[in-house]
Amino acid sequence: MTRENATGRGLNAVEVRGLVKHFGETKAVDGIDLDVREGTVMGVLGPNGAGKTTLVRMLSTLLVPDAGTATVAGYDIVRQPRQLRRTIGLTGQYASVDEKLSGRENLYMIGRLLDLPRARARQRADELLERFSLTETAKRAAGKYSGGMRRRLDLAASMIGRPSVLFLDEPTTGLDPRTRNEVWAEVHNIVADGNTVLLTTQYMEEAEQLARELTVIDRGKIVAEGRVPELKAKVGGRTLEIRPVEQGDLAPMAEALSERGLDGVGGATPDERTGIVTVPILSDEQLTAVVGLLAARGFPIADITTHLPSLDEVFLAITGQKATHQDEYSHEEAAA
Amino acid sequence: MTTTTAPGSMGTTPSPEPAPVRRRGDEGRIGIRANLRHIGALSRRNALQIKQDPESMMDALLMPIIFTLLFVYVFGGAIGGGTDGGRDEYTNYLLPGMMAMMGMNIAMAVGTGMNEDFRKGVMDRFRSMPIARSSVLIAKVVVEIGRMLITIMVLLAVGFIVGLDIEGRWLGLLAAIGLTTVFGASLVWIFMLLGLTMRTAQAVQGISFVVLMPLQFGSSIFVPTQTMPGWLEAFTDVNPLTHVANASRGLMMGEGAVAVPALWTVVWSVGLTAVMAPVAIAKFRRKT
Repeated sequence: MTRENATGRGLNAVEVRGLVKHFGETKAVDGIDLDVREGTVMGVLGPNGAGKTTLVRMLSTLLVPDAGTATVAGYDIVRQPRQLRRTIGLTGQYASVDEKLSGRENLYMIGRLLDLPRARARQRADELLERFSLTETAKRAAGKYSGGMRRRLDLAASMIGRPSVLFLDEPTTGLDPRTRNEVWAEVHNIVADGNTVLLTTQYMEEAEQLARELTVIDRGKIVAEGRVPELKAKVGGRTLEIRPVEQGDLAPMAEALSERGLDGVGGATPDERTGIVTVPILSDEQLTAVVGLLAARGFPIADITTHLPSLDEVFLAITGQKATHQDEYSHEEAAA
Repeated sequence: MTTTTAPGSMGTTPSPEPAPVRRRGDEGRIGIRANLRHIGALSRRNALQIKQDPESMMDALLMPIIFTLLFVYVFGGAIGGGTDGGRDEYTNYLLPGMMAMMGMNIAMAVGTGMNEDFRKGVMDRFRSMPIARSSVLIAKVVVEIGRMLITIMVLLAVGFIVGLDIEGRWLGLLAAIGLTTVFGASLVWIFMLLGLTMRTAQAVQGISFVVLMPLQFGSSIFVPTQTMPGWLEAFTDVNPLTHVANASRGLMMGEGAVAVPALWTVVWSVGLTAVMAPVAIAKFRRKT
């Protein structure tokens, strides 16, 4: 997909070729090729232990790859780490701020480490506190922040040097839905400013919210890539759940939907236990068609919802195998 | 394929865009001034951590008080009786040597603190930033020197209260403090390396203790070494703590030679730093 852009040098903010990192027997990253175009958001989606963190750590010079090459903002990750570090921002899976320092002191320290003069560092810290809605808690120790506040501080810290490439490693893992939305809003703003972002996530929803292009990795390898709608189409789009008013309508309803043979709609399945008919759909038009058909046949509907395929469903569809789960693989990320 | 506009461009706060971070040459070299600035910023961080968590100063403040009282009042009379000068004589003998002991104890605590500090996410941030990785470690040494100086001040204050008398050798005292601190700083590198090498803070503490005890007691810090058996005296003679203690004693009390132990102290300090600092920095650089 993105390979087409590889020729135009300078267009890609991140170029990865055959990157490999092993930890003993575990092939954490096992030959990954990846291009991220300037000013875009690339979502790297995968289950726990897929190698996402290892990939980000190599790209941010925290780990040296065993094989392969990669450039970030034109700088080689192995040969030019010092130049590269000046152009990136990193927000890790674990909040990378000093918990004993206040929010303001954290940002001031980063500013000084990036060679801002004292007054400028103070000013920049205040700007970012304001922008990330942290002004009120600026004097409190970061360790006393809530999870969402700490991630926002983390993002603010990454933005001090105006990085041209920002790495966000699972920015919302472990946050509750409301806090997750706060962080998403901030990421949206960062992206709107024209930054290139490489984001890793375990959540399909998050990838969809924030990224246009996705790379799905599993066991250190790319298993799918492309734009979000393309991937969703591969997976089978959304699932429609219809709850009829009358339990007795379940079977006739499913039958009506199936016999009608709506274009592209897979078979409808009635579930007696939950009292729901599920219909996989690919487009909004199909949703309208299904609802139209049910209305025309006069089925009374109590509830109708759609949900996105879960990550498990994505993996099932793309690789034909179950997504690996946390316990099986998490040791490699812990070692990383 | 051309998706340059990002989703959700609404809600962009029109933040004023000031001048970008100063860029140095493309070489990526970090100049000395920049290095000093980074060490300054990181030292400030370490100092602020102490301010935020004053309990971490407890050992530095209490240790000199407890050890001075313990040795002067529990052992002082008995040991002093043996050297025919009594407790006051022993106080004057003990205090200069205790400075070296304090330096070593402070340095030892670095190892355990280090181990915890390096497990935190903030280290990843430092390591992904355009700063020399050594500046993180050097900043640690800077703050530990500060902590050492405070401990030595407390030690001397207690010492003067219980009868330490340097008979106006203030310059000698300053020189002794300087020597002790230089030596203490070189020890910080050893324990820092230990903290970077060992897996847990407990392991660091265990090892440190085993190393610390024979070095401290097998020296001239607490008692003159002449009464010790020959093999032990041979050990105490090469023990750097003996040299530091003897140098301080010479400088503050005007007793015994100064030049030789002072020279040995400098040799040990420079040697330890020259070997341990690069190893610790390399270790930190490779640490993932």
